[in-house]
Amino acid sequence: MSNLLSVKDLQVTFVTPDRTIHAVNGVSFDVKRGETLGILGESGSGKSVTLRSILKLHPAHRTKWSGSITLEGDEILTMGGRDLANLRGNRVSMIFQEPATAFDPVFTIGQQISETVRRHTGKSDADAMKRAKDLLEMVRIPSPAQRLKAYPHEMSGGMRQRAMIALALSCNPSLLLADEPTTALDATVQIQVLLLIRELQRELDLGVIFVTHDIGVAVEVSDRIGVMYAGKLVELAGVEQMVDTPKHPYSRGLLASTVHDGMRGQRLEAIPGAPPDLGEVPTACSFAPRCKFVEPKCLSAPPPLAPVGDSHLVRCVVAAA
Amino acid sequence: MAIQSPSIDMNAGAAVAATPASASRGYWQSVRRRLRRDPVTVVCGVILLLIVLSALLAPWLGLADPYKTSMIYRLKPVGTPRFLLGSDELGRDMLARLIYGGRLSLAMGVTPVVCALLIGGTLGITAGFLGGRVNMLIMRIMDVFYAFPSVLLAISLSGAMGAGASNTLLALTLVFIPPICRVSESVTTQVRGFDFVDAAKASGAGTLTVVRVHVLGNVLGPILVYATSLISVATILAAGLSFLGLGVKPPEPEWGLMLSTLRQAIYVDPLLAALPGVMIFVTSLCFNLMSDGLRAAMDVKA
Amino acid sequence: MDTIIRKPGGTPDRGGPAQPLLLATGLRKHFPIPGGILGRATKVVRAVDDLTLSVAKGETLGVVGESGCGKSTVARLLIRLIKPDLGSVVLDGDPVDEPHGITVNELRRQVQMVFQDSYASLNPRLTIVETIAFAPKAHGLPAADAKERSRDLLAKVGLEPNTFAERYPHELSGGQRQRVNIARALALRPRLVILDEAVSALDKSVEAQVLNMLVDLKSELDLTYLFISHDLNVVQYLSDRVMVMYLGKIVEIGKVEAIYGNPQHPYTRALLSARPSMDPRKRTQEAPIQGDPPNPIDPPSGCRFRTRCPFAEDVCAQIEPPLADAGEQAVACHMRVAGSGHSKAARA
Repeated sequence: MSNLLSVKDLQVTFVTPDRTIHAVNGVSFDVKRGETLGILGESGSGKSVTLRSILKLHPAHRTKWSGSITLEGDEILTMGGRDLANLRGNRVSMIFQEPATAFDPVFTIGQQISETVRRHTGKSDADAMKRAKDLLEMVRIPSPAQRLKAYPHEMSGGMRQRAMIALALSCNPSLLLADEPTTALDATVQIQVLLLIRELQRELDLGVIFVTHDIGVAVEVSDRIGVMYAGKLVELAGVEQMVDTPKHPYSRGLLASTVHDGMRGQRLEAIPGAPPDLGEVPTACSFAPRCKFVEPKCLSAPPPLAPVGDSHLVRCVVAAA
Repeated sequence: MAIQSPSIDMNAGAAVAATPASASRGYWQSVRRRLRRDPVTVVCGVILLLIVLSALLAPWLGLADPYKTSMIYRLKPVGTPRFLLGSDELGRDMLARLIYGGRLSLAMGVTPVVCALLIGGTLGITAGFLGGRVNMLIMRIMDVFYAFPSVLLAISLSGAMGAGASNTLLALTLVFIPPICRVSESVTTQVRGFDFVDAAKASGAGTLTVVRVHVLGNVLGPILVYATSLISVATILAAGLSFLGLGVKPPEPEWGLMLSTLRQAIYVDPLLAALPGVMIFVTSLCFNLMSDGLRAAMDVKA
Repeated sequence: MDTIIRKPGGTPDRGGPAQPLLLATGLRKHFPIPGGILGRATKVVRAVDDLTLSVAKGETLGVVGESGCGKSTVARLLIRLIKPDLGSVVLDGDPVDEPHGITVNELRRQVQMVFQDSYASLNPRLTIVETIAFAPKAHGLPAADAKERSRDLLAKVGLEPNTFAERYPHELSGGQRQRVNIARALALRPRLVILDEAVSALDKSVEAQVLNMLVDLKSELDLTYLFISHDLNVVQYLSDRVMVMYLGKIVEIGKVEAIYGNPQHPYTRALLSARPSMDPRKRTQEAPIQGDPPNPIDPPSGCRFRTRCPFAEDVCAQIEPPLADAGEQAVACHMRVAGSGHSKAARA
């Protein structure tokens, strides 16, 4: 199957009067239709920046992109104006962590979804409202006809997140970008939304990129998982490979330091130290200062993303050797 | 994998190594650094400094007597020998009067704001920190004053108390208490909601200590910036009151009063008549721009 | 003025090991919502309702629950940052803020709190060493001694004093800030530390560092923890006993093995099975319960969980279930009360 989205050697640099930040330093991955790629990383790893670059959401005047992002063959990084507007919403849409900010508080949910439908498809008011109701039904919102008339503040957090998913799917995108959409939700609500995204992805044959810091969440939704560290993908593998046989010392550390059942009384294997400053382009392995397997060759040059097995890539000279 | 319990100290060592060993910069140092990169604010500050210094040092600048009238040299244009900036309708040297006028005008702009800052700031911080009924009481009283436009309030207060510099100061102080109080209340309420204030309370410290150490430091900046912006309003209001004859009385040099007495001369020499207005304009503009610049520079999150 | 604080060990134990360090009885807090004209309250948020809990000396009591369950309000009530409408707090046998008891100030010396790390948890205008020294100074320790103690504590929480003491909060990472928060809470040598979502904002690898440190500090300084979190895994890792809250009430409380191994309340079970699976072959297939937690402004009558409970019956709407012993733990559910009238309950 051909790739829906293809990211090649993406680099994102933010230039401010104070300093330059190399947020993403050469990220490459592909996403197929009907596949969910989970991107796992901690704050400052560049996972959200990568995701937002797919829609070019960063302010153009202080962001430098290089590399290439193609959606069904069309280059996104050079897009502008009408093409970009068409891309956002019609072909790729995004759901965010905080649904409260995605909706305008002075319009009802129905008005906002039907407005989007009208703008992108030119349907009549009545048809658009009908479509909005179908969408709410699709995201399993109970009594959708009444909910159309609700204002965002009248809905609970979980309902708002469902409504945002409905809004994102209103124009039949082929790629859905999810930026920590369940982080702000309660545990019992989070699992509902995760299951919903999984079902919709299957039903609508969507490509999904799901960014999260929570390994459990990534395991629940992803087919493949990419682990990001300091603006680079350090490991990319199928979800089972990633959980069973993580290769990169950072992925291993991350899995080992995540508290789960049956670890009571054991000492946690914390990764010492903190992520590096992104002010400079790395000249060596970025994880080397925190890595307990570090060798002289780690410090000579940035390691390449090398295959270590069947569609399992790792950016570590020690693990790949 | 056998990582044997990385001890706390080891973690710390690594954390230190990972953080660039930059010298710690204090808050005010970073404010200064940001200010240096803002030419508008710096220029405004320099102009204000010049105006203030010349007003303060006026007697030592070798200027003409600002009160000495002359029937011969009335309304001389700008650039006349001996009268660098011309002379007014009674033949007094404009340059001397503008510089001496700065003393009263600036005093009228700064003093009421300082007084209002002391009273309004205290009330606002009290209301914001204590909240509840105290807040309600203080803020509703302020709302009563808010019901009147500030210009109208100032005019009616000075009108009722009679003309004169001290009454103008009093009237302006009363006018500026409510807005300063309101701003102080809102920033204090905001700071009070932060966890570090709760943490300070939870440490068992007294209310006054908590306010002094944890609240004042965080609210004074924004309140002072706001007060700076009010100085320009006060300068204009004071000038306005004098212009209307409710403020300073002749023959005192004061920009507003000068503007008023020179207004008949506008057909004879518009430039001359506008000079006091230019001073008012430049001063208040500088105060405004400087307060804007200060606010930007003092924003911790920027 | 303050002699005890200068002793290295802080306040000595009084009632012996069997006496609970902290005992809260019948705590209630309703927050009025200002509305209507003149700010008259028309509705109340029932944040905490008739809650009784005890914390034994040396244990870690975990508190879990979703947003709006009142777990943070409990923390603030225990340390008197807010005053309870009803109920009493007894610290090692001494009632707090009562005629023959100890003052709130004394309570706050022995009970300290660590807040969730955010930019709001540390005063941006104070250096780290000043922040930590604030409480000892407020309790009368001379400035130089307070600073000395502050530097000792920095070393204890793994921050090299010479590097960090004079830094400002914005120059620290999230994990470092949280270490400072912990050091601040320890500055008065408290006996009980309340950790309110203390590791929730941290990245996983940093969270593990801080958790390890909390374990070390507890044994080294003889501390008792009240650990509040929405993260069930972390609570399980750290706690000896666990208390599950729902809409201002305790629904289940007991030993950690019992709560996680044999949960009795339908809500506890739902909460536990809502945890994302760490095994891609055993993904969650069905959400354990539907819907969001209801608004605490107007909680359901009777059992507050009944609107989301798959086993709810008439009796659940009419009578509030009491917190009753059910083997290893105490549960507030009609299904566990013999003769309650619920079809799944044992006959009386």
